[in-house]
This record gives sequence, C-alpha cells and structure tokens, in this order.
Amino acid sequence: MRHRTVEESQQQMTTIEHSGIDQDQRAVLFGDGTIGSFFAAVADWATSTDHKKIGRLYAGMGMLALIGVAVIGALLGLERTDDAGNILPADSLLQLFQLHRVGLVFLVAIPLTLGLAVAVVPLQVGSRALAFARLALTGFYAWFAGAVLMIVALASNGGIGGGNAQMVDLFLAAHGLMILGIAATAGCIATTVLTTRAPGMTMRRVPFLTWSALIQALALLVALPVMLGVVVYLFIDHRNAQLVFGGAEGIGSWIGLFFDQPVTYIYAIPALGLLAEAAPVAFGKRHPMRQIVFAGIALVGIAALSAVTLQVDFATSFDGDGATVVKHLVVLAFFLGVPLLGGVIALATALMVAKPDAGAKPSIRPISPLLFGLLATLMLLLGMITGLLEDLSDLDLAGTVFAEGSAVLVIYAGALAALGGLVMWAPKLWGMQIPEKKVLPLALLGALATVLAAVPHVIAGFSGQAGGVGTYDGDGASAALNGIVLVGHALMALTVLGVAGAIATSRGSGDGSTNPWCAHTVEWSTTSPAPADNFAAMPTVRSAEPELDQTPEGSPS
Amino acid sequence: MTLALPAGPAPAARRQIFVGTALAALAGTTMMGGMLAVWALIRQRAVDAGERFPVNFIIPEVATNVMLITLFSLCLFAQWAVYSARRGDRAHTGLALGVVLVLGIAYVNAQAFVYTQMEMPLAGSGYATMFYAITGTMVAMVVAGLVYTVVAMFRSLGGRDREFEVISAHAMYWYFIAAAYAAMWFLVYVTK
Repeated sequence: MRHRTVEESQQQMTTIEHSGIDQDQRAVLFGDGTIGSFFAAVADWATSTDHKKIGRLYAGMGMLALIGVAVIGALLGLERTDDAGNILPADSLLQLFQLHRVGLVFLVAIPLTLGLAVAVVPLQVGSRALAFARLALTGFYAWFAGAVLMIVALASNGGIGGGNAQMVDLFLAAHGLMILGIAATAGCIATTVLTTRAPGMTMRRVPFLTWSALIQALALLVALPVMLGVVVYLFIDHRNAQLVFGGAEGIGSWIGLFFDQPVTYIYAIPALGLLAEAAPVAFGKRHPMRQIVFAGIALVGIAALSAVTLQVDFATSFDGDGATVVKHLVVLAFFLGVPLLGGVIALATALMVAKPDAGAKPSIRPISPLLFGLLATLMLLLGMITGLLEDLSDLDLAGTVFAEGSAVLVIYAGALAALGGLVMWAPKLWGMQIPEKKVLPLALLGALATVLAAVPHVIAGFSGQAGGVGTYDGDGASAALNGIVLVGHALMALTVLGVAGAIATSRGSGDGSTNPWCAHTVEWSTTSPAPADNFAAMPTVRSAEPELDQTPEGSPS
Repeated sequence: MTLALPAGPAPAARRQIFVGTALAALAGTTMMGGMLAVWALIRQRAVDAGERFPVNFIIPEVATNVMLITLFSLCLFAQWAVYSARRGDRAHTGLALGVVLVLGIAYVNAQAFVYTQMEMPLAGSGYATMFYAITGTMVAMVVAGLVYTVVAMFRSLGGRDREFEVISAHAMYWYFIAAAYAAMWFLVYVTK
C-alpha cells in the first residue's frame, strides 16, 4: 500500500487559520527573542481553539496527575507495610487517601480519556473543528482550576472528614468547578459526533473510538450533573448549618458512589473503543461485527444510570428468602452485570477479527495500540468482575481494600487506553510515529503495573484487610501484598514517564507518511501532523473503512 | 498556513447549537432530577421521624404559582420568536424575545419576593439550606436562560435573523426550564 507523503498532501491542502497567534502578531506582542518565543508559545497554547491542542492540554495534565497519584499510591502502600503506621504523618493520611481516590477519577481517568477524545474525535469524524471549541477550552480551565483548588483544600486539612471547615467548603466547590468543566467538554465531544460528521459518515460508520467517546461523553453528561446537584446541597448545608448531610464526615456517603463501581466504568469506556479500533488495523481486515461492537460499548454506558438514580446499595446476599435474593440480583445484574456483558462482547468481537478468513493464513501485525487496547480491556473486565464480587455480601468484602483494588483496575485500564490512544494518533498530533520498540514494552509494563497495584488488594480483601486509614498488619502476608502494591504504583509512574519520554524523544522521527499504521478510518487521509483545520478539503466517506477502500485489496463495504 | 486553496464544500448544517442546547438541557434535567430525588429522600426521613417539613415557615404560594404561570407563558413567547424568525420577521422576533426577557426577570423578582416573605435564615435549619440550594440552582438556570435570550436577541437584531436555529434552541432551553420548575414547584412548593 502506498500512502501520500506530507509534501503530496500539502499540495492539496486548504487551511483556514482561525486560532492561535500568527507570526506577525507574535513579533509585535512578544518580540523575536527566546523569551518572547516562549511567551508566544504559551499564549498560543493557552488561547488556542485547535482541538488537538486542547486535547493535549487535558491529556498532558492527566499524565502529570497520574504520576503524582501513582506516587501517592506507592506511599500509601509503603505506609501499610508498617504496622506502627509511622512512615507518613498520621494527620495527613485521611487527605492522602482521598487525594488518591479522587485523583484517580477526576485528575487521571477523566482528563486522560476526555483529552484523547477531544484530540482525536473531530479528526475521526472528518470534521474541521471541535464543536464549541472555546467552550471546551473554558471547560479545561474550569477543570484545571477545580483540580488545583481540590489539592489545595486537601493539603489544608479539608476534604471528607477534614478538620478545617473552610477547606471542606473549598473541597466541595472545587468538585463543582471540575464537574462544570468536564461536563462542558463532554458536551462538546458529543455535539461534535452528532453534528459535524463528514458527508457520508452515518452513525453506523463512525469509528469505534469515536463511538466509545460518544458513549462516555453522554454518560458523563447524565451522571456528573447529578453529582453537581448533590455537591450544591452539601456545600450550602456544610457552610451554613451542617444539619442534614452529616457535616464533613457525611460527605462521603453522598458523593462516594461517583468514585466507586459501577460509575467508574464510564471513565474507562474508551479502552473498549481502542481495542475495537486497533484490532482490524492489526489484522488488516474489516471488522465483521461493527453494530454488535457498538451495542457492547453502549451497554457499558448503562453504568451511568446508577449515578442518575443515586443507586448506592448493590449488596446482594444469597442468605435470604427467594424474593429478596431475586430482587437484589436483578439490581446487581442490571447495574453491574450488563456493563460486564458489554465489555465481554467488545472483547469477543475483537477476537472474532483475529479469526482468519476461509482459506487465508492468519496474519497479524502486533502493533502497540492493539496491545494497549487489549490489556486495558482485560484490566477493565477484571475490574468489572471484582466489582460484581464486591457486592456479594456473603463474601464479607465491604470495608476492605478489595474495593480499592477493584477501582484501581478500572481506572488504570482507562489510563492505559488513553496512553495507547496517544501512541496510535501520535502521527496526527505530533507528526511522528513513536518507534514500536519503545512503546511495546511500555504497554506490558503498564499492564504489569496495574496488576501489581490492584490484585494484591483484591486478594487482601478476602483476608479482611481494612481499607482506608486504620491499623495495618506489618507482618506476614498483608505486608507483602501491600509491598507489591507499592511496586505496582511505582511501575505505573514509570510507565507514564516512559510514554512521555518516548513522545519527547521521537519528535522529528517518522517518514511523513499520512498513514503509518495502514489504518482504515478517515483521519489517516490527512497530513501528519494534521493541520489546524484537519483536512485540506472536506472528505466524503463512502464506507466505514474509507482508507482501506483506497488499497488494492479493499473494496467499499 | 492560510488560504492555500479554496475550501471544500461545507457539509450540510446539522443544527449544532440546537444539539448542544439539547445536551445542556439533558444535563440540567439529571441535575435537577437528582436534587429533587435527594429532597424527596430527606423529606421522607423527616416525615418518618414525625417532624414537620418545613418547620415553622410559610411559603407564599401565590407567588410560586405565578412563577409557574410566568414560565409557561414565557415558553409561548419563546415559540412566538421562533415563528417570527422562521418568517424573517425581525421586528416580531425582537419583540417576542424582549417579552421573554421581561418574564424571565419577573421570575427572578418573584423568587426574591418568596425569599423576602419567608424570612427564613439560611443557617437556621436543614430545611432552609436545602430550600435555598434547590431554588437558588433554579434561579441560576433561569439567569443562564436570560443570558441566552440576550445573546439570541443581539444576533437577531444584529441582522442574523435568518439563523433561526439559535432562536429555536433558545426556545427549547426555556421549555426545559419550565418543565424543571414544574417538577420543583410540585415537590417543593405544593407537596412541601
């Protein structure tokens, strides 16, 4: 297959520069020196409405936060290896645990996956821009300000159960700000998919990652405003009366469900999209079951309904009368079983892609995005299974570290998928292809890190190790398991550093090919990197795999 | 890189503002629904405990009923703006949007009247904090609607009267507000 080079593509390129600062403005505003160039670049990025820059801002902050959160996870693992509990200051443990859990969701999983979606979705649907790009940029700043304020609040004895009332208020207000920012950005993504698709790109033809981003955006749009409403109640009550919601200690019982399963599943939905996107590319064929994959990914979105209905109690016991057991099982099956089924469908259909056609030899290109997507999906499914087990009250897992391990599996799955997505679309975002020898080991390292950071706590949950702040068993199996968790989080930090390093050191590499992966979707028809307006001319799409149609062996589906 | 070649044909418009507004209304619906659900839960707990909900405060129901009528009639004028905009009738579009603006301000005024008449200190009770939280959120959404009305009015009067999509999206937002208030009115002001 021959792909267009940068030069060839630029010959047909049409661009209408509508964002950022041009060269003349730079010279006038900032001068021509190094410092001037630096400030010009900062101003360009800070005010850009180019979705690829906004997406990278989100993803970059998410990666930075992932390193920080992983380090905190490692420190908490270290603390748990000491039965005296003297490694970290006792008065900051409560806040560190919260920073870890809240950070995993609001600082890591959501910005990473949203960032990938903002950067890639407009390209995938053949659009020149993100819908309401200024709103998306404003959303980023709102999220960022909220994230900073949340950290400040926790660092100043705020948060759930915090001793400083004003900082507890700030903690709640920061959540409101983050939710507003995230919801605004999610709205932009959903509107982009629904309204700016290229001619011929019906909803049945949208790429899998775009579909998963749409499901995630809609799920966030219905779930997070419920949390915002609750936060408004909590804020006003805590600030003025503390009579209804249990004061600072009671906050967790009202917003805790947004950091627990099944709501956490919606933060990792793009993992399924990446797997479905990468599998046909790796096997060089069309996906035979597109609509079933769409249905599977959409089923995971059911998890958002647990947030909408404020469903917090999934505890199911088989030790009761038949009617009660069935009633609880139905709730459990709907909110946790259906998303698991969706994930299994997405995995199974990806495996169907691997099945060789009749009479053909099996062939695979083990590309890193496939590995990232596959491993992230496996981690997500494992997290979903543990989520189901967590609510079987006969297993006595409530209040143990089991829930922590289960959540880490899901969140790290989302983070792994986002990292894999950045690797896959690096040619369009940075104009380079990261060498596979650099990132393939990082995918394996990331998966290993996830397993080590989560599975020991899943095991320790069965032995009754208490979650959160408490007295730790510094001897024997518990200490060993907590030690492994420490290593797992440290490896995750290394994985992120590795991916960031691979991106940084690969700048300028690549042959300028528009489609180095031989991928199938429309974004691979534009130059690498994609210009500010994405496409020289509006592409017309005639199948779900327009780039595959260009090859000799391809024909429109 | 600017303007190297003529741009390709633009795809058919797919009502971006309308879809964006619909998504915002969806988010607002779940937010208000969640707040009402929490209200109902807390109210049930209070009733189960044998307490009165609200405690010693009288809600001026005439004002709250007028607020409901105000929002319903506001929707009528918002739809009139759509009708006029579709026909390129800028004068009536502007007039209809102006009435929407006045009615929206009247709603905020009525809510302030309710607060004043109730004389309920914010820190006085759990009911007060919940009441101010949910009604204050509603006021914030109405104020957002007023901003939307001003933007739609400027666009219309500024000569973009053929772009009636924003007017119809604006009307849809007010339909959402009216529905949300109707639900809140029933639970907070009628059922109490």
